[in-house]
Amino acid sequence: MKCDFCDSTATVFYTQAVGDGMVKKNFCDACAEDHGLTDGDAYPMLEKIMDEIPEHVELLMEDDAQQCDQCGFTLEDYRKVGRLGCSHCYQTFAEEISRGLEKMHTGTRHEGKVPEGIVQDIVREQELETLKNQLAQAIEAEDFEKAATLRDQIKEIDA
Amino acid sequence: MMRFSTLMKHPADWVTGKNAKNEVVITSRIRLARNLSDLPFPGWSKKSERVAAMERILPVAKSLSSMKNGFIHELSDLEALQKQVLVERHLISREQAARGKGSAAVIDRGQKLSLMINEEDHLRMQAIRPGLKLKEAYTALNRVDEQLEKELKFAYDQKLGYLTACPTNLGTGMRASVMLHLPALVLTEQIGQVLQAVNKIGFAVRGLFGEGTESLGYLFQISNQSTLGESETAIISRLERVISQIESHETNARLKMLEDEPNELSDKVGRAFGTLGYATIFDSKEAFAHISILRMGAAMGYFPEGTMQICDSMMMDIQPAHLQLHADAELEAEERDLIRAEILRSRLQSLTAPAISLSTNEPAGDIDVTGDLNLENE
Repeated sequence: MKCDFCDSTATVFYTQAVGDGMVKKNFCDACAEDHGLTDGDAYPMLEKIMDEIPEHVELLMEDDAQQCDQCGFTLEDYRKVGRLGCSHCYQTFAEEISRGLEKMHTGTRHEGKVPEGIVQDIVREQELETLKNQLAQAIEAEDFEKAATLRDQIKEIDA
Repeated sequence: MMRFSTLMKHPADWVTGKNAKNEVVITSRIRLARNLSDLPFPGWSKKSERVAAMERILPVAKSLSSMKNGFIHELSDLEALQKQVLVERHLISREQAARGKGSAAVIDRGQKLSLMINEEDHLRMQAIRPGLKLKEAYTALNRVDEQLEKELKFAYDQKLGYLTACPTNLGTGMRASVMLHLPALVLTEQIGQVLQAVNKIGFAVRGLFGEGTESLGYLFQISNQSTLGESETAIISRLERVISQIESHETNARLKMLEDEPNELSDKVGRAFGTLGYATIFDSKEAFAHISILRMGAAMGYFPEGTMQICDSMMMDIQPAHLQLHADAELEAEERDLIRAEILRSRLQSLTAPAISLSTNEPAGDIDVTGDLNLENE
């Protein structure tokens, strides 16, 4: 969802009950601040936007506007369709997803197959970590010959 | 590459059921869901991303040794009727059949292994075997998975396992399911109790074509619901134990019918044979019901060996898309019912009439061969 005042993604949603009806406005972080929305005492500013005196104000921050930065899927989408946009969504919406897992499954931790490539990846990452630490130490000690060797090793593994 | 017509001419290996003990458990299927780690899931992909996923997976799938001379087609190249036939053969899902550009099906010559590209997940692969052979099917499919994993990086998380479009498939991404033929449990009204017990221990019961389909011809599909928190082998062993129990309940119910009411049983088998052999209008549901009784009769020795496999072929061939392909025309329901009956009449001509010897003795009393229905202790 986009901000009503600029083209950025909306993160703050303002709902106001006016008489029998409702007025809704969406803001991005910056515009919300401009309109004094992030400052709890600044509601008078909103009267100007809405042209009405607020009778009831409800401020929703962040939560519903959560969006996957890899694929743009939103928490609202997930709640609607029960599926996710990409594998990165599992990190973005981790909290919401984990809440549902117990009902769906026997457990909440994977007990099955570990792909061979993943095992190698983990081993490789640990190796890289060690080498990088050694490199930092070598530079610290001004042992540049050793550092050069380590740098080459890191390059090789990274490739 | 295998053409559609070639695929059609040959029944799947599991239909011919060679050397398989599949009187009650018709087939065992294992399905694995996998996704590429760096592309959005198919349901949230742009067309270009779906095509990109397909172009990465397809060459690797083609290069599998088991897919040599296999059936490899993009779904956009197949006609609606051809896709429907693949669904009726359980080679692709209904969801997959609804997709076009960017989706593909890769099926081996024996129709034991199929890979669906860009279904709900980037890759859904399935191995199917006649009889209760879940372990065997898993071993075969796992080998394929390992081969694919050498070339493709699948989305995987140390805590959540394989990542899937829907969290209900997380972890192993595995659905193990069996197709059961349970006419005796239905006829003796024990089926409700059995299915309830199955549900209670976390397995799902469905009709012939998965979720939301009704049971036709006393056929039931049972599968695991949970995919996370249990290993593949644990899920499979648990399911196999339960299925063996149901299998013996069904077998016992058949024996009990034979003991208690042999004449009624012969009457049922004889009537099914007569109706199939002479009726001229058959909708799917009625035809399935009669073939199903015939199949049970065949398993119980009313017919010569090989009759059960003929029944399985009949069930496959009278489904709507198969019929229309056979007739080479799009048919209205009424026309299908006529052709269905015609095919069945001609198939029945080649069958020997059931070997019926009527019993005049009193039934053998109240021997309880069905035993207790208690799956929970398993």
